Amino acid sequence: MNDVELRQLVPQVLSVLVRRGADFATAEDAVQEALIRALAAWETDEPCDPKGWLITVGWRVFLDMTRSDATRRDREVRFDTEPPSGGAPSADDTLRLYFLCAHPDLTSSSAVALTLRAVGGLTTRQIARAYLVPESTMAQRISRAKRTVSRAGVDRPGDVRTVMRVLYLVFNEGYSGDVDLAAEAIRLTRQLAVLVDHAEIEGLLALMLLHHARRPSRTRPDGAIVPLAAQDRSQWDTRLIAEGVTIAQAVLARDQLGEYQAQAAIAALHADASRFEETDWVQIVEWYDELLRFTDTPIVRLNRAVAVGEAVGAWAGLAALADVDEHIPRRDAVAAYLHEKNGDLELAARLYADAARNAPNLAERDHQIRAAARLNDVRRRL
Amino acid sequence: MKAATEAAVTHKENTMAKYLLLKHYQGAPASVNNVPMDQWTPEEVEAHIQFMNDFASRLEGTGEFVDGQALAPDGVWVRSDGEGRPPVTDGPFAETKDLIAGWMVIDVDSYERAIELAGELSAAPGAGGSPIHEWLEVRPFLAAPPNFTH
Repeated sequence: MNDVELRQLVPQVLSVLVRRGADFATAEDAVQEALIRALAAWETDEPCDPKGWLITVGWRVFLDMTRSDATRRDREVRFDTEPPSGGAPSADDTLRLYFLCAHPDLTSSSAVALTLRAVGGLTTRQIARAYLVPESTMAQRISRAKRTVSRAGVDRPGDVRTVMRVLYLVFNEGYSGDVDLAAEAIRLTRQLAVLVDHAEIEGLLALMLLHHARRPSRTRPDGAIVPLAAQDRSQWDTRLIAEGVTIAQAVLARDQLGEYQAQAAIAALHADASRFEETDWVQIVEWYDELLRFTDTPIVRLNRAVAVGEAVGAWAGLAALADVDEHIPRRDAVAAYLHEKNGDLELAARLYADAARNAPNLAERDHQIRAAARLNDVRRRL
Repeated sequence: MKAATEAAVTHKENTMAKYLLLKHYQGAPASVNNVPMDQWTPEEVEAHIQFMNDFASRLEGTGEFVDGQALAPDGVWVRSDGEGRPPVTDGPFAETKDLIAGWMVIDVDSYERAIELAGELSAAPGAGGSPIHEWLEVRPFLAAPPNFTH
C-alpha cells in the first residue's frame, strides 16, 4: 500500500470513529496517532486489512485518550473497549468532513491545515514542513481549529464554495517539504468531484489539472522563473492537459458558468497553443470579461490587461492597465512588459527595477532584475 | 571554584555559536563596487545570483547554515495607542537611515569563522564582474543558558 492509498483511508476511519460516538476533535487526534503508528509498523509488516487495522488502533487510542481524560476528571469511561461494529463509512461522511474542515468560522490557514490533516491524512509534521512553520505551531493551529469547529457546531450544513476556496489555496501553495501540495489538492478535488455534482468543482479540477500540466516548464532547475512565452511546451504534460480540457469542455456545455470554469477556459486556451504565437488571445480576453462578471478584482483586471496587450496591441493593454489599482503587486511588472512591447525601453527598464524592488518573492525579484539588466544592456548597445 | 572550572571546560567543548549576517539596503557604509543591480549586464546579474545560491548550499553542505531570509523594503512603524484603541502606524519612510535587506544565520565553531564567511559573502560578484565588497553586519546571538550537570 502506498502513501496515497494509506492517506485515502484516513477520512473513512475518522468517519467510523465519529459514527461510533467519538467526538470529532479527539477522534481526529486518535486517527492521526494511528496513522503515525501505521507509518512505522507497516514498513516491515503490512496488515491484510489496513482499514480494519487503522480502525482498531484508532479506537484503542481514542479510548486511552478518553480514559486519561476521564481519570483526570474522575469520571466513568463511557465506551466499550472492544472496537464496536458499524456500517461502512458512506460518501456523505467524507463530504461532511470536507465541510467541517472548511468551516466558515475558520481562518484560511486553519481550514487549510485541518483539511490536509483530517481529509488529506497528512501528518502534522508534513503540513508544518510544507508551510515552513515549526511543528508545534502547526499542532497548535490544528487543535485551535478543532475547538472552533466544535464550538461553532458540527452539524451546520457546509458550503461547497468554502471547500473549493480551501482546496484552491492548497493548490497554489505549490511545492516545499516532502509533500507536493498541488498534487494533494488535485487528489482532494478529484475526490470531492465524485462526492458532489457541482459545475464549479469540475471547473476547479480542470483548472488545477491544466496548471499542473505546465508546472515543469515554469521554472528552471535552479528555481528561476520562465515566462509563458519562453516555456518549453514539449515539457507540458499532454495527458493532464487532455484530461483537463475534456472536463472543462463537458462542464462548460452545462451552461452553469462560474469563476473557476472561466479560469479553466483561459488555461485550456493556453494549453491548446503549440507555440506562444498561436495563442488565441482574442478568446482569452473574452473569457476574462466573463470572469470579471463573477469576480471583479484588480488581479483579474491586471491579467486581462496583459491579454488585451497581446490580442490588440501594447497601447491597448496600457489603456486597460489604467483601470487597475496602482498598489497591487505585479502591476509594475505588467506595466514594464507592456511598455517594452510598446518600444519605450527606458521607461520599461525603470519599471522592471521598480517591480524587482516590490516583488513578493525572491524568484520574481530575480526575474525582474534580470529583465531590467537585459533592457539596460540593449539600450547601451543602441 | 570547581564548578567554574567545569563550566569553562563545558564551554570549550561546545563552542558552536550562532551569528547573524545582516545585509542592509541603506545604513551601511557604501560598498566599494557600488552600482545599482539593474545597471549590471545580464551576465553579471546571473553570476551574482549563482554565487548567492552556491554560497547557501555550500554552508548547508558544511553543516553551518541555519536560515536565510530576504525582506521587502517597505515597512511601517507601529506602536500601541492604549487599550481599546487601534495601534498607530507610521511610514513607510523613504529616507529611513537604516534598512535591513535580509540576513543569513550561521552556526559556526568560532568568531573567526563567522568573520571569514561574512568576508566571503561580501565578495559576491557585482558590476564588471568584480566583487561588490559590501559591508555586512555580523552580530552574535545571545545563547540559551548552558545545561550544567552539577
